[in-house]
Amino acid sequence: MTPSSLLVTVPVLAPVLGAAGYALFGWRGPTRWLGTVCAGGMLAAGIGLATLVTGSGPHTSLGGLLRVDALSAYMLIVIGVIALLATAASPAYLAAEIRAGPATARTAYRHSLLVQTFLAAMATAVLAANLGTLWVAVEATTIATAFLVGQQRTRACVEAAWKYVLICSVGIALALLGAILLNYASAHTPAPAGLDWVRLAAGADGLDPGVTRIAVALLVIGFGTKVGLAPLHTWLPDAHSQAPAPVSALMSGVLLAVAFYAILRVKVIADAALGDAFVRHLLLVMALATLAVAATLLLAQRDYKRMLAYHSMEHMGLLALGTAAGSRLALAAVLLHILGHGLAKAVLFLGAGRIAQLTGSRLVADVRGLAVREPVLAGGVGLGVLALLGFPPFSLFASELGIFRAGFATELGWATALALVFVLVITAALFTHAGHMLLGDPGPRAAARPRPQPWPGRPGAAAAPTRTPAGTTVPLGAGLAACAVLGITTGPLQQVLYQAADILQGTP
Amino acid sequence: MTDTAALSSLSVQLLYLSCGAFLLAAVVVLWRRQLAAIVRVFALQGVALAGIVAVLAVEQRSLELALLAVGVLALRAIGLPWLVRRAMPAAGPARETSPLVNVAASLLAAAVLTLLAYAVAQPLITLSPSPVTRAVPVGLTVVLVGFFVLITRRRAVSQVIGFLLIDNGITAAAFLTTAEVPLIVELGVSLDVLFAVLVLQVLTTRMQAAFGDTDLDDLTELRDT
Repeated sequence: MTPSSLLVTVPVLAPVLGAAGYALFGWRGPTRWLGTVCAGGMLAAGIGLATLVTGSGPHTSLGGLLRVDALSAYMLIVIGVIALLATAASPAYLAAEIRAGPATARTAYRHSLLVQTFLAAMATAVLAANLGTLWVAVEATTIATAFLVGQQRTRACVEAAWKYVLICSVGIALALLGAILLNYASAHTPAPAGLDWVRLAAGADGLDPGVTRIAVALLVIGFGTKVGLAPLHTWLPDAHSQAPAPVSALMSGVLLAVAFYAILRVKVIADAALGDAFVRHLLLVMALATLAVAATLLLAQRDYKRMLAYHSMEHMGLLALGTAAGSRLALAAVLLHILGHGLAKAVLFLGAGRIAQLTGSRLVADVRGLAVREPVLAGGVGLGVLALLGFPPFSLFASELGIFRAGFATELGWATALALVFVLVITAALFTHAGHMLLGDPGPRAAARPRPQPWPGRPGAAAAPTRTPAGTTVPLGAGLAACAVLGITTGPLQQVLYQAADILQGTP
Repeated sequence: MTDTAALSSLSVQLLYLSCGAFLLAAVVVLWRRQLAAIVRVFALQGVALAGIVAVLAVEQRSLELALLAVGVLALRAIGLPWLVRRAMPAAGPARETSPLVNVAASLLAAAVLTLLAYAVAQPLITLSPSPVTRAVPVGLTVVLVGFFVLITRRRAVSQVIGFLLIDNGITAAAFLTTAEVPLIVELGVSLDVLFAVLVLQVLTTRMQAAFGDTDLDDLTELRDT
């Protein structure tokens, strides 16, 4: 094995080793930071691969099973960064959970083991050289996260896990049917390509349009389920709100993006086989439906973790809109948006997890005047909200601007305008809710009121220490700083972004 | 399918017989209400699916397909039904008490779904008309019937069966369109289904602990007010 093909396997191997480490040694002492080290290894390998592929083109490994190009390398960096934040915040989060009662050291051990498996599955998904392996990896993420969602074993958690596994498995089954039909279409071309991305894209103009159309529709709707695009989005708010904070951060920040990556790859083939109108219209309808659902359900939302979950749907809708526009600028903006959203959403979910530990409640109404009681945490969450809403200097400002500009520049003017209206409604809603939580009057009323129903097995907020530990605030600050720096300059990432956008336009 | 022209009339008959049994099993799932009976019918459908693969294996003299047929039989006729049976409520009514759509209407819906599957599958058949691809709509019908079960049934076990019907239908479509899906993907797919059902089985156990029953009407904790 050459060094470069060995490097391709590192992003998968690092979390696999992490999982093995947890399986052998459990969650105690120094192994608490093992997950963070492995996530750091993934990130380093991702950066290494990005420099490799921007210099010397795509690389393959394991007999052609894995393949890395600029797009895969970029996705690896996204996964690595968010994983680093989430796993860095995990020890403090789990320690607080154990102190407060709902978790034990055994829960923490299983949590860490499953998170590493989850990371390995996501790395495999973006490195997979063919659609079949990608499918298996995406389904594996569902299985790995199922027990993470249901970690607390309360009624609500079990219900969320059930809906999550069932709806996502069915959605991803549709994608499997799509993959099988695409394989069938490809078997009847002059040069049968199987499910290999590169060969499929190269021979795409020979694919039978009738069969390919059915296959692509199934693939987009099927993977769209995992992205949280309407109509099969109903699992998302439940699962994201019930999962433990670091897992919510990973699921919302990267898992949705990894599923969206599958749609991006499918689009390359579909555009070559069917012209770009088919996927564009499909994505446009799904994007607008998703934005509409998110806007209506955010307005009167009372649970702040569900609020963040619907907000993820909004951003996935924007990604779909940008992809529908399809110009080079739009695609680069979409990719930048993936990273920016991941960072901001990870910060917010980690912050929300801490707020839930402090107040014992997930209702917006129960959290008031956080700025007075917890200035550091409130500052982090407040900046996170601003970042998420696309305020400068954060990178979401640049990427949303890019998506909307591209939308108006292509013939999607009316759809983009409609999307803009939804985004404004959502911004107003999030502003109001976040304002209440951070700046509202903490007053004697809130203090005198009997504690809102604490979580089962948890003696209210009394057991939790009032100061937010550095283990939580440092990842929050780091995420915000990264998001702000990206908004000012993409630096060396720029080249990766444009190369990846070129791949998505079918001109590598 | 590589050389379907050489398919002997006997194998075509056997193939269509298996496909018929495969489709019939899906319809019977709609008809029966006893959960135990539904699981038995599902196991029989697994046998029919293995039959389809076996016929293809004999016809193409393919050892790989023959092994896959054995694998399908082990997983879908024995393994998965066993897992589902373990998830059945220990006590309480083992019946689908009140499906959202009654049996007569369900059977009617199955007929409509069959017609729909045949209409949708036209491009698949015209791409390579052969006795084998002509059977593809059967797989699609089972997928649609699975969706119907998933939407209209309320018991957790019935929903798992709905998911598994979808999966059986997709597997049938895979074998009837091309037998050239790489083995590693085939294995991965089977493993994933197995794990998904395992997860669902564990979750039903937890649901029984938390809710006392697994009627999905009880799953109303999470909603937007």
